[in-house]
Amino acid sequence: MKSKANSNAAKQKRDVLELRLYVAGQTPKSLAALANLKRICDEHLKDQYRIEVVDLVKHPQLAQGDQILAIPTLVRRVPKPTRKIIGDLSNTERVLVGLDIRPTASGMADAESA
Amino acid sequence: MRQLRNANGRTSSVVLPGLEKAPTGIQGLDEITGGGLPRGRTTIVCGGPGCGKTMVGLEFLVRGIEEYGEPGVLLAFEETPQEMTRNVASLGFDLEGFVRRKKLSLDFLPVEPSEIQETGDYDLEGLFIRLQHAVDSVGAKRVVLDTVEALFSGFSNTAVLRAELRRLFRWLKERNLTAVITAEQGEGTLTRYGLEEYVSDCVILLDHRIHDQISTRRLRVVKYRGTSHGADEYPFLIDDTGISVLPLTSLTLNHKVSAERVATGVADLDVMMQGKGYYRGSSILVSGTAGTGKTTLGCHFAEATCRRGERCLYVGFEESTDQMFRNAASVGIDLKSYVKKGLLIHEAWRPTQYGVEMHLLKIHKLVERVRPHAIIVDPISNLIGGSTHRDVRSMLVRLVDFLKGKGITAMLLSLTRGLDHLEITEEHISSLIDTWILLRDIEQSGERNRCLYVLKSRGMAHSNQLREFVITDRGIRLLAPYLGAGQVFTGSARLVQEAKDAAEALARKQTIEHKQNELRAKRQELQERIQNLRAEYQAEEKAMELLIQQAEKVESRFEQDTEEMVSSRRATARGPERQNRRHANGAQS
Repeated sequence: MKSKANSNAAKQKRDVLELRLYVAGQTPKSLAALANLKRICDEHLKDQYRIEVVDLVKHPQLAQGDQILAIPTLVRRVPKPTRKIIGDLSNTERVLVGLDIRPTASGMADAESA
Repeated sequence: MRQLRNANGRTSSVVLPGLEKAPTGIQGLDEITGGGLPRGRTTIVCGGPGCGKTMVGLEFLVRGIEEYGEPGVLLAFEETPQEMTRNVASLGFDLEGFVRRKKLSLDFLPVEPSEIQETGDYDLEGLFIRLQHAVDSVGAKRVVLDTVEALFSGFSNTAVLRAELRRLFRWLKERNLTAVITAEQGEGTLTRYGLEEYVSDCVILLDHRIHDQISTRRLRVVKYRGTSHGADEYPFLIDDTGISVLPLTSLTLNHKVSAERVATGVADLDVMMQGKGYYRGSSILVSGTAGTGKTTLGCHFAEATCRRGERCLYVGFEESTDQMFRNAASVGIDLKSYVKKGLLIHEAWRPTQYGVEMHLLKIHKLVERVRPHAIIVDPISNLIGGSTHRDVRSMLVRLVDFLKGKGITAMLLSLTRGLDHLEITEEHISSLIDTWILLRDIEQSGERNRCLYVLKSRGMAHSNQLREFVITDRGIRLLAPYLGAGQVFTGSARLVQEAKDAAEALARKQTIEHKQNELRAKRQELQERIQNLRAEYQAEEKAMELLIQQAEKVESRFEQDTEEMVSSRRATARGPERQNRRHANGAQS
């Protein structure tokens, strides 16, 4: 498990993170989550990510696949294993831990300076 | 406070107009709740682990689909649909089939805390969307959320959860869905997370208790707003046909009675009861000590019932089916052939297998399935024996009552432990028993003999005699009643007594004959004496007449002589006087 995590971390620089954000309509929480996610990704992942937003109001049948209960839910689909983060993603650190992302040097510096 | 609320809920006996109910289809539960769960509302089914909460929910859905044409949705938080399908396949519930026919939507919502990171504000809109989707996909009328509390382990923000649950219940109500929510029982509370505070329409508590190493499941309707309901604890059973709750029917005495009579199977016993036997639909108690022939009497009745072409259910707690048939055959009662014809249904299980309520519940279920004309329970004392439950007796009363209500002739055999107990064990049901036959041993001169006595039999002039009977290879045979010197003689003592009586009778007869002879002799003697006397008298009479004649001759000679003397002496004075005296003498002779 540990070695896998390490290899994931090693590959991380090359691989693209596939993220899916489940929302239900244009609610304030959903909008906040999307904004927070974009900000975090821009800061820490540069171009190594892809975000897909799924509106369950339009596609309710998609909720079953990722076992979505809470809204908003962010799912890291690639790399495996799948990880889930719920909430409006206002806590950047927890999002990073949740996505298993090592903050980049610049990101780290930002955090330290802040 | 909750206690008070419950008490109020329980005592309310008025059904609010418009309170519609959704029948659960679960045997017995609809009777307790007066028609089912509140339609369009949410019912909480709570209880400890393994008490059958999920089963109640599942059967509610399955029966809804099968019997009431109401599609359903099951949201499972703990078991996968595959697991659940497998679990209930043994009960004959084909969940997959329902899903295929779009009658049921199964959705599994695993909540695994380790997978979820929480960052900031969220809600459970996903749950609502999925529920809505599931409801729409099958047009569901019924919803079951199996252990919705699992959410509490997955989400740490309980404030959000509680708000969402409140919203969920409101949501279900708004859509007029009849819902069942299962919940784990908490310490001192109905549910661990106090869900009953949100849902206050109907709360059903399940319980799984072990007593004397025998488990009994119980169900109680803690609360049912706006309707009267049974407030007792009702035992229930989960078996291969699902759940059945033993409804404790109200003990109203309005059974329909039949004037029809059914043969007892023992011709002599029929004779003791006006020659016709028991009343159809009556309850017959046969009690007696060990080895007095209770089972044989039961077999006779079973055979008589089947011979009429009626179904008979024989519930045995002592002998296996094979053993009973063998034993019955040994006394000339062929039951096996009736089993083949489907008229006799023999069910045997160990008395220790279940608690008393379960036994009665099983009998209940069997009766519902077999729909017999007559039932024989052999013996009911095994149900009572050893049980410390106070309500055991009333349970038995309810069984008898239930059978009477169905018009089933019930023969209950009861093993009594000794003469002291003879009329004690049964006293609590004796008021419901119509015919009570007592079998007993009479110990006398080194042997035990069986006796039968009709202690009571309502509505018929039955024999008051204690009858000896023997079990022959052609069944029970009653011996002719024999009573001597205020005592019953049985067995060889009876034979001795009979011989003695016969000798006495002979002696009496001989005495009479002797006296008659004596009398005849006396009469003869008397007649002879009368004849002798008469002869003697006649002889004497003749002699006397002779003497009289002679005297008259002498007299007439004398008179002649006198007249001659008178005429010769011309004396006439005393003539007429003498003539008179002569006339008187003539009349005397």
